[in-house]
Amino acid sequence: MTSDRIHEKLSILADAAKYDVSCASSGSKRENHNKGLGNASNGICHAYTEDGRCVSLLKILLTNHCIFDCAYCVSRKSNDIKRAAFTVQEVVDLTINFYRRNYIEGLFISSGIFKNADYTMERLVLIAKKLRTEHKFNGYIHLKAIPGASEELLKEAGMYADRLSVNIEMPTKESLKLLAPDKKQDDVIHPMKYLKSAIIQHKEEKKQFRKAPLFAPAGQSTQMVIGATPESDLQILLMSHFFYQKMNLKRVYYSGYVPISTDNRLPSIGTPVPMVRENRLYQADWLLRFYGFTVDEIVAPDYPQLDMDIDPKLSWALRNMDIFPVDINKADLQLIKRIPGIGVQSANKIVAARRYQNLTWDNLKKIGISLTKARYFIICNSRDYERRDLQPLQVKQQILSLGKSKYQPNFSPQIRLF
Amino acid sequence: MTSITYDGTFDGFLTAVFEAYEYKLKDAIITTKQRYQPTVFALKHEVITNEAKAERVWKGLKQKISAKATSEIYHCFLADVAVENTLYSYIQYAFSASKTIEWDYTNIHVVQVREWAHKVHRERHRMAAFIRFQLTKDQLYYAVIQPDFNVLPLLENHFKRRYADQKWLIYDVFRRYGIYYDLKEVSVVEMTFSDDSNNGKDISGVYDEDEGLYQSLWQNYFKSVNIQARKNTKLHIQHMPKRYWKHLTEKKPLIR
Repeated sequence: MTSDRIHEKLSILADAAKYDVSCASSGSKRENHNKGLGNASNGICHAYTEDGRCVSLLKILLTNHCIFDCAYCVSRKSNDIKRAAFTVQEVVDLTINFYRRNYIEGLFISSGIFKNADYTMERLVLIAKKLRTEHKFNGYIHLKAIPGASEELLKEAGMYADRLSVNIEMPTKESLKLLAPDKKQDDVIHPMKYLKSAIIQHKEEKKQFRKAPLFAPAGQSTQMVIGATPESDLQILLMSHFFYQKMNLKRVYYSGYVPISTDNRLPSIGTPVPMVRENRLYQADWLLRFYGFTVDEIVAPDYPQLDMDIDPKLSWALRNMDIFPVDINKADLQLIKRIPGIGVQSANKIVAARRYQNLTWDNLKKIGISLTKARYFIICNSRDYERRDLQPLQVKQQILSLGKSKYQPNFSPQIRLF
Repeated sequence: MTSITYDGTFDGFLTAVFEAYEYKLKDAIITTKQRYQPTVFALKHEVITNEAKAERVWKGLKQKISAKATSEIYHCFLADVAVENTLYSYIQYAFSASKTIEWDYTNIHVVQVREWAHKVHRERHRMAAFIRFQLTKDQLYYAVIQPDFNVLPLLENHFKRRYADQKWLIYDVFRRYGIYYDLKEVSVVEMTFSDDSNNGKDISGVYDEDEGLYQSLWQNYFKSVNIQARKNTKLHIQHMPKRYWKHLTEKKPLIR
């Protein structure tokens, strides 16, 4: 390979892949047992781009040639851009050489669809197979499952990959139909369902035979583009809920739409990326997965959108002031996790530390609890607490006046979008 | 009051703790030989590192606190600053109590030990992420680091598992020693490396012929995955503090 050509391919195919936001490299159990290269049993972010996102994997497309014409995608057929394609060997060499220098945790390979789904998927699987068998590579591999690919290929993919993902792209069928006329939501749901049952089946086998082979040990994930279409946060979070509950997904990613097209079905170029909304959705997602919240506690028909100026847990607390104040020396862990400003780690620390003595404000500070928000919602071993009977709106105003959101300058244009 | 001096090793420190109990030294202050400064008021007690004594303290601790908490003691020690007396107070507290004290955030020593352990742990994690190997002509992957704390001992197993099939060397410029893996074992090496040897300027002589190519490809990749419309310099620096940039391939002047 000449170095100029490989440089050109890399910049085109990394640029085209960057809108896929998943970059997780954790959650796998693959170990270096064969004195080979790599160990995918821990997640590491090796670098951070200037937009502050983590770089954990070599995230590239095999090619950006595509027979589909999805309006939101840079690689759509009708877009007049430079096209390129890696050979299987080039991807393998890049992965191995980047990994050996400790640049990356592994490979995340996706592709535009050329010829047909199976033809594309076959090549992705071949890359993973070569890495695992010829190079004894035990690093992390995330393969994109191409919608419409055969079950045999998906099965083979699962044997080599740590994680598989199929992107749902749009939160509703209608939006997908509008913007991606070549894709059907069923084409996405079908492989997801197949992978779900295959993953469960292999887990069962693993329980019985310790040496049973791994099958996508880091599970599957998906991604939705946010802000390209008019869905409410309620619709989006119900979709996520469906994926977590019914499809056993490990992660749902939200990708704020970056305007890249003059297509009149989409927000015009220059529209700000909905970064605050994306951030609020992730916060809500965390509440669903780690804090025991249900979707209707966060968003409901009466309040279908997340607040942009405060986080969803604080919004919930302000709607449910009758639950507070909570006595942190008595309340159970589940309730402590629901206090605004107190995360899972802090909650665990509080419950562990209060076994020694009843905690005071000073103790809480020493533990490292941020009280900016929490102080309005708790009582502790002190006679000093918020006695005024503050209305929710007053609490919100006070909290907002104390903290300065890093997103402040973004608020106004964002809210006007919808 | 007694000043107990030791040789700066972890076993030496544990021996010092052992002897503080053994000789019932009251108000003992533990310090390294290098940092020791004689005072009129304190007696001096010099400890000779003794593995058996160290092992007894370590085993005793494991009966009092969890494995995670003992590992925090080791992490805290590697902070490489004068934390011995905080650790000593923590250990005394652990031995005096009937159940584990590791969660007692109302105790200042517990809080401090945890804080230091947390800092060291974070530095270890950053090094696992930010170390950049360069391949030399004799097929050795080598990296130079300048961590805030003495984290090499914590990185040994990580890299041994990860790069079982390549020879590598990681050198700590501040502490002037490195760890070297020869495809079988990891050993400690001491040598003097010039600080300039990692700046990537003269790559042709020492390095493998493809080294420059892969460094420039990595720089290219790093640039290409950035989304300009989402620029967030504050977050970028928060995750990748500037003090690490010197040794990061992607943050060096463009090779191509």
